[in-house]
Amino acid sequence: MLAPLHNAVVDLAGISMVFKRPSGEPLPVLENVDLALRDGEILGLLGRSGSGKSTLLRIAGGLIKPTGGSVTYRGAPLTGPAEGIAVVFQTFALFPWLTVLQNVVAGLDALRLPLALAEQRAQAAIDLIGLDGFQSAYPRELSGGMRQRVGFARALVTEPTVLLMDEPFSALDVLTAETLRTDFLDLWIERKLPTRSVLIVTHNVEEAVLMCDRVLLLASNPGHIAAEIPIALPHPRNRLDAEFRAIVDEIYSVLTARAVASLGAAKAAHGGLAQALPAATVNQMNGLIEKLSAPPFGGAAELHALASALSFEVDDLFPVAEALHMLEFAELKGTTLKLSAAGRILADADIDHRKRLFKEHLLRFVPLTAHICRVLGERADHRAPRVRFEIELEDHLTRHDAMQTLRVATAWGRYAELFAYDDKTGMLSAVPAE
Amino acid sequence: MVARVQGSYVKPLAHVAPRALRTALWRDLVVLVLFVTVLVLAGSAARQMVSPLTAAAQPEISLSPSVLPGYALRTTMRMLAALLASLLFTFVYATIAAKSRRAEMVLIPLLDVLQSVPVLGYLSFTVVFFVSLFPARALGPELAAIFAIFTSQAWNMAFSFFQSLRTVPQDLDEASRSFRFSAWQRFWRLEVPFAMPGLLWNTMMSMSGGWFFVVASEAISVGTLQIALPGVGSYVARAIAERDLAAVGWAILAMTITILIYDQLLFRPLVAWGDKFRYEQTAAQTVPRSLLLDLIRRGTLVRAAGRPIGLALHTAARARLALPLQSWLSGAARAVSESRAADVAWFAGIILGLAYVTWTLAQYAGAALSLADLSEAARDGAVTLLRVVVLIVIATLIWVPIGVAVGLRPRVAEKVQPLAQFLAAFPANLLFPVAVFLIVRFDLAPTIWLSPLMILGTQWYILFNVIAGATAFPSDFREAAASFRIPGWHWWRDVMLPGIFPYYVTGAITASGGAWNASIVSEAVSWGSTRLSGGGLGAYIAQMTEAGDYPRIALGIAVMSVLVVAMNRLIWRPLYAYAERRTRLD
Repeated sequence: MLAPLHNAVVDLAGISMVFKRPSGEPLPVLENVDLALRDGEILGLLGRSGSGKSTLLRIAGGLIKPTGGSVTYRGAPLTGPAEGIAVVFQTFALFPWLTVLQNVVAGLDALRLPLALAEQRAQAAIDLIGLDGFQSAYPRELSGGMRQRVGFARALVTEPTVLLMDEPFSALDVLTAETLRTDFLDLWIERKLPTRSVLIVTHNVEEAVLMCDRVLLLASNPGHIAAEIPIALPHPRNRLDAEFRAIVDEIYSVLTARAVASLGAAKAAHGGLAQALPAATVNQMNGLIEKLSAPPFGGAAELHALASALSFEVDDLFPVAEALHMLEFAELKGTTLKLSAAGRILADADIDHRKRLFKEHLLRFVPLTAHICRVLGERADHRAPRVRFEIELEDHLTRHDAMQTLRVATAWGRYAELFAYDDKTGMLSAVPAE
Repeated sequence: MVARVQGSYVKPLAHVAPRALRTALWRDLVVLVLFVTVLVLAGSAARQMVSPLTAAAQPEISLSPSVLPGYALRTTMRMLAALLASLLFTFVYATIAAKSRRAEMVLIPLLDVLQSVPVLGYLSFTVVFFVSLFPARALGPELAAIFAIFTSQAWNMAFSFFQSLRTVPQDLDEASRSFRFSAWQRFWRLEVPFAMPGLLWNTMMSMSGGWFFVVASEAISVGTLQIALPGVGSYVARAIAERDLAAVGWAILAMTITILIYDQLLFRPLVAWGDKFRYEQTAAQTVPRSLLLDLIRRGTLVRAAGRPIGLALHTAARARLALPLQSWLSGAARAVSESRAADVAWFAGIILGLAYVTWTLAQYAGAALSLADLSEAARDGAVTLLRVVVLIVIATLIWVPIGVAVGLRPRVAEKVQPLAQFLAAFPANLLFPVAVFLIVRFDLAPTIWLSPLMILGTQWYILFNVIAGATAFPSDFREAAASFRIPGWHWWRDVMLPGIFPYYVTGAITASGGAWNASIVSEAVSWGSTRLSGGGLGAYIAQMTEAGDYPRIALGIAVMSVLVVAMNRLIWRPLYAYAERRTRLD
């Protein structure tokens, strides 16, 4: 990345991170990531779950030590949580046994301030963030939005140079999230915050475009930066602006292209057995098909429109869209999802017909389910332990992916009445043909 | 006015000044009187505890009911002292185990063993040691008694604290680290508050057992050493020796009142106060209340007096107090850099230490014991094991249906639950004389009729856990069962029993552990000069203790520990794991 080093507040260079699985084998989550958080910007980290974006944020905050690469903060190596870096957590991370005021004061504990001064500063932060009157409340008395305001006040009371936000709005409902986002942006734009730079992790595309000056798209397995998208729109931004929409579409098309490319590549290799199945349930697929076929979409939809119609985030939408794409009930292309002929039939079919169609497509387009059926058919008792397939899949996939893939294949296969599964004995068995 | 305050929670009426003031003064007065009384009583009891034993003759235990309040106070002081010691032990021991992987390897298994040793077993060994520490002072035997109570509470408190330290939620851990709390700040800001609910609950459970052992440990005779510390336990021992059934009745009354006061003045306020440490973010359906805590919280004078104390504590918790151990203690994620070579050396050290201890023990035991002793202890162990199993089965058959019936009627449960908890806390050994009197009177077979005494005090754990389970049983399940008209036996098998199973197992574990402990005082009893023995390992240990035969005491305790550990590992843990796995709702 060509970011000029002199104005990078936090600079991550060549970061890689390998966790150890409980079984002892290594699990790489980040590989060779460069990231410079510049003075005066809001930088977004956008990616699907498992792309290591939260890990990256924790590395930037000194909460996790990377296995490789270097972290520099204000020109010096970062060895642990440092003064001037504050974190806002997705789960708020408030101490339930402290009142609002005490929670905010706790943010100052490390600074050895006299209690009176600390309380004065806490009070100022509470006023700033709109919590006045709630000082003596305990977190459990507050709504989610108010709790996250405490989270913000507690981070801002330390007057941080860098604010790290880990999906700060994703645990809130849509309206509350919007209010809090706008309030934060107002403070930021009006320069009422002591903070110079913000790093925000999100999996909501519109949120990223609304807030950030620059967005880094993270891709998974292991996490790396797939694209950098500058957003030069002036604040306040309007979601309905053509330019805004254009950037949202650009991000969706990058995400789609990556999704389609990885689906295609996986299918080509190892007779399709190496294909990891997306974690989508049959109900979700049916629901999305119905949504797509009904007005206003009439068979095809822009992804961003679909996402906002369902108030879905990237993590909710993509697995289902990928599953439909994989089963050829719909096609992911550019920024749209379009029903195929089979998909249109499925939308109008009754339950039995749906199951038959689903079964057909499952056998044709998901080699794993066909493989399971073949193995069950070859065995004398038409039964096989689930572990047998798990081991086979682990030749091609990571353990986590292998488990998920088999779980999804089992769920799909059960729905299509291709095979049955007994969780107590861990045995898959063929369903006798009627 | 008084009735209203006692009746329920009254909101402070700030705008009605004179009335509010009157209420506050009234509250202040009550708290002040209570405070001064407790202070004076504690002071006088403490002075007596350290006083010299006059001319080797210990104070004679009187059977007059008028001495009982004083005795009850002394007994209570022992409980409190043990509680403080347990708390201190918990903080240190569990923290070290949680922060160092190597320490954990030794400390946690050790805790497991310590927990399975019968409490009264510690007493026989430690009393001599403590007496020799402070010869000619009452403090020695006092400490031995306190130590016995300590052993009945410290282990599970330490376990609970250790568990909490290891399960601190990740987000709070990260927040604490990002605020750069020092180890001291982290301990008081995060770790202790998070552990508080579990710690309080375990303290309460231990306390129930504690009353049993404080009574049992006041009148001790090991070989030639005879000790009777002034207290309710000694009072009962004397009453037994003199065959005075009326005195036993007085002691039971005194203990009842003591436990009720203790509950009101200490535990209820603690539990009500501890409610704010619940980690769940939702408001509780039933908030524990305490009259005393309400008084303290709302009395203006008391609040004003308490403020400096609160501030001082707060400042102490905020102080960074950087220690040289800082970096080692503040790490939540424990250092991964611990090298393999050092691990191997550490392991080798542990194994060598174990080998040495085993060898020494074998030497010692080999000289004093024969194979015949072992087989005798094992045979007695089998008898006691049989008793424990049969009694748990009987208690289950009686209390599970009753507990369910009570638990499904919230109104009844509200009344029965505190009673069941009180009965669990009441030291059942005070009731033994009554039972023994009846057995002697009607000439019943001691082998059979002494057995129920083992479970007299601990059966209530089954009852109140089942009640809790039935109360917590989701009403939509019950309604579903009713709407499908699931009949009798199927209702039990498919609906209710799975629903209360985890609660039942928790209760049964406590009951069975308590029964083993109680066997030492319940299998061999006396009434005046009449001695009854039901046989079994408890009787074996009791007889050897009386004879001061240390190798055989040790043998008996070891056999009992092995049986308790085996029962836990082979029956209770698998059941508990099964309950967790199969009956979880999420």
